[in-house]
Amino acid sequence: MPIFWLVLIVLAIGAAGYVAGRRRALASAGGDSRHLHSLPSYYGSNVAIKAVVPAFLLMIVWLLVQPLYVSNTVSGMLPQSAIPDNSSRGLVMAEVRRAAEGMNNAVAQGLMSEEFAGNARADVADVTQRLKDAGQIVTSQVTQPILRAAQRYRVMNSTGGQMMTIAVLVLSVLGSLWGLRESQAEYRARNIVERSIRALLVGAASIAVLTTLGIVLSLVFNTVEFFRLYPATDFFFGLNWAPSFSGRGGSSDLGILPLLWGTFYISLVALVVAVPIGLFAAIYLSEYASPRIRSFAKPLLEVLAGIPTIVYGLFALLTVGPLLLGVFGDEGLGIMQAGTAVMTAGLVLGIMLIPFVSSLSDDIINAVPQAMRDGSYGLGATKSETIKQVVLPAALPGIVGAILLAASRAIGETMIVVLGAGAAARLSLNPFEAMTTVTAKIVSQLTGDADFASPEALVAFALGMTLFVITLGLNIFALYIVRKYREQYE
Amino acid sequence: MTDATSTPGSATPRAHKATSLLTVDERTRRRNASEGRFKTYGIVAIAIALFFLVVLVVAILRSGLPAFTATVADVEITITQEEFDAAEGELFKTKAYEQLFIGKLQRQLSENGMQVEFDAAAIERIMGKVGGDIREFYRANPAQLGEPVSFQLSASSRVDGYFKGRVTREALQDSRFLQLSDLDLVDALEEAGIIRQSFNWTFIQGADSGVDNPGGAGIGASVVGSFFMMLVVLFLSLPIGVAASIYLEEFAPQNRWTDMIEVNISNLAAVPSIVFGILGLAVFIQFMHLPQSAPLVGGLVLTLMTLPTIIISTRASLKAVPPSIRDAALGVGASKMQAVFHHVLPLAMPGILTGTIIGLAQALGETAPLLLIGMVGFVARGYPDGIVSGFVDPNSAMPAQIYTWAARADAAFYEKAWGGIIILLLFLMTMNFIAIVLRRRFERRW
Repeated sequence: MPIFWLVLIVLAIGAAGYVAGRRRALASAGGDSRHLHSLPSYYGSNVAIKAVVPAFLLMIVWLLVQPLYVSNTVSGMLPQSAIPDNSSRGLVMAEVRRAAEGMNNAVAQGLMSEEFAGNARADVADVTQRLKDAGQIVTSQVTQPILRAAQRYRVMNSTGGQMMTIAVLVLSVLGSLWGLRESQAEYRARNIVERSIRALLVGAASIAVLTTLGIVLSLVFNTVEFFRLYPATDFFFGLNWAPSFSGRGGSSDLGILPLLWGTFYISLVALVVAVPIGLFAAIYLSEYASPRIRSFAKPLLEVLAGIPTIVYGLFALLTVGPLLLGVFGDEGLGIMQAGTAVMTAGLVLGIMLIPFVSSLSDDIINAVPQAMRDGSYGLGATKSETIKQVVLPAALPGIVGAILLAASRAIGETMIVVLGAGAAARLSLNPFEAMTTVTAKIVSQLTGDADFASPEALVAFALGMTLFVITLGLNIFALYIVRKYREQYE
Repeated sequence: MTDATSTPGSATPRAHKATSLLTVDERTRRRNASEGRFKTYGIVAIAIALFFLVVLVVAILRSGLPAFTATVADVEITITQEEFDAAEGELFKTKAYEQLFIGKLQRQLSENGMQVEFDAAAIERIMGKVGGDIREFYRANPAQLGEPVSFQLSASSRVDGYFKGRVTREALQDSRFLQLSDLDLVDALEEAGIIRQSFNWTFIQGADSGVDNPGGAGIGASVVGSFFMMLVVLFLSLPIGVAASIYLEEFAPQNRWTDMIEVNISNLAAVPSIVFGILGLAVFIQFMHLPQSAPLVGGLVLTLMTLPTIIISTRASLKAVPPSIRDAALGVGASKMQAVFHHVLPLAMPGILTGTIIGLAQALGETAPLLLIGMVGFVARGYPDGIVSGFVDPNSAMPAQIYTWAARADAAFYEKAWGGIIILLLFLMTMNFIAIVLRRRFERRW
């Protein structure tokens, strides 16, 4: 039974439970709701919660555990001889899964009977041919053990699905019966319902923690897997980035240093553009501008922040790149070969960061107490002297924090560098040359049909891990600085 | 002016000349000049930022608007039963139809008093394989034989480029796709009113085309993909975000776990979006085996990404509801839960919705995580069959579709990419507009 229907049925049981529980509670009080401990709807909700929540929890756990259990059992079934030398158990399991899926589809299309798909003595060539006729993707690597494993995989999955359906429905019915039994006038339904709602709220709030945990776990597991295939020292200290997708392992050079260099170079150019412009814009808006100009210029600046990065990427590739090429290219100064370069990406990235720097700095400058300005004016300082010698030093920690946050944004930005910076990994000082970044390479290594067993695909997780650690470190450091120095004036 | 009070005659080392308040001395002038300079820096900075904004908007409009027009040829021809039979009897049937078409076209041109020499190859270069289209039509509608039928044929992408200034005569000197003589024919056809620009419905309604057919590329399918994704984001991130904010703002005790949640939320808000893509790939596809390239998975990833934004804005609007509302509710006997759900939450709703819409707008423009879970443009080959298929069948999203077009070699796709950006920005502007209206109309200040 599809999960969609199962969900609907459980919800229907819950709804029926709500009505029944409400009615039963009212009946137990002789139809007068004043004799009930709680409002009638709480009795109904109590039944509905008991019917729905445990059933859904069981379903989620089951859906998470069953694939793992089935994979482990089937994978244990595969004899060592079924795994080719240049392959791994994981790759063979992927083959098994594909074959099983193919058989499922073929059965669904009516091209293969259920008995045939489960026939243990079926001939490999025959099955493969039939799968191919059904338009399923089957490689020639389907061997007898793989076919057996695929059949076993199918059987286990379908019995598992049936068992789950039964268990979930039984639990749901039991839960609603339990709730119905409780629906008596003196039962403290509101307290129970409110306690469960509170548990739901806690659960929702914990999703943030779960997300972080998910990010860390998915990065760590795959990174460890990568380092098993590729030495960590070569990854962190290698000066060459040259992945090959034909050969598996060994033949690729996966050194992160050229990518890190590209990332930092582009971010540096971006900050050189964004910080002065953003900072002066913030100073002008908060210290000089009349309310009229402020109400007009600030939203316009924020429009820059609301534009999706893909737009900036296209702007870099098709507008800024050719423009720079016209000036610095062969017809101009002759130091730029192509439109995609560090300068192109850095410039556009800088434009994107201007509103980010300016709105953060604006908040920080506004947080400097007016008394400090007044003191400075009182001593005869001009406005600019006050800003340079009083306001900015006072706001400096916050501004440094803002710049660090902007740097973390620049390092993590993807689309602008994918489109604007080029694809060649290079260690060079010329800002008019194409270079590439960590994020751009994550995209190029994971886009397309990568299998997750080759170092060329797994390296993306190691790159992601590096990126995550760097940006997280910058963020925490920036927030620490901002928080530590903000308190001085409060 | 301490100098003035010091004993006259005694030469202090830094004695100023006696000055008047009416004449500006050197030092004041310098200070005033530096004041003026500093102010100018600020104005220049804002001017530069706004200049970039203007350049960006101009670039988008100038390069994107042509995507909304297509070059089409309107040719009205009549093919009689005899001509049809004769053409069906030939060995090269489509060739025969093409000859018929050319004959009719030549007559139409000469009626307009124009004399241009052209052959079948030229027509093929300009309008593609016309003969096949005509044959298909008459085989499907034999009743139309003998009556005038108006065919709207789309011109090839190079002719389209010629009209939009992308393809010039110089660039075609030795092109085998379109020759200079063809352009003469195109000019003549335009003069006769046969080739004209019309609104490009294919671009609005169509799906992605192959790499060699920029004219047939449309953004419609990926708009649908984005729509299903936004549904997932809305129905997951709004309840979860509101529930999490209510807990943190109204119920959470001050303890380690609460602190950890708060730190996590502020950190997640700053994690690069591509890391969420990696998370989606590893957890939803690698671990849970959800279908690749599905809007459902894209929606889940974007939900996780927008949750921090929604939680932060929801908490702000919950905090803005004055405590007296809660106290009044508790005073008449409501439980804490009832006070929050019956009184605080409805009052905070406009703010929450505004924050949610802004979060959705952010999610709508996000590209990088979608590329990792396989929602690249070329999978958007058609519309989904139904609601379930809309969630689980491979599709793309607007920004990913734009990226795919931008990454293609044929420059004709760039125009589509810019056009796609106009559509994307229209959606974003609408959403932001709704958010602003909501805020203006319903937000209460206490």
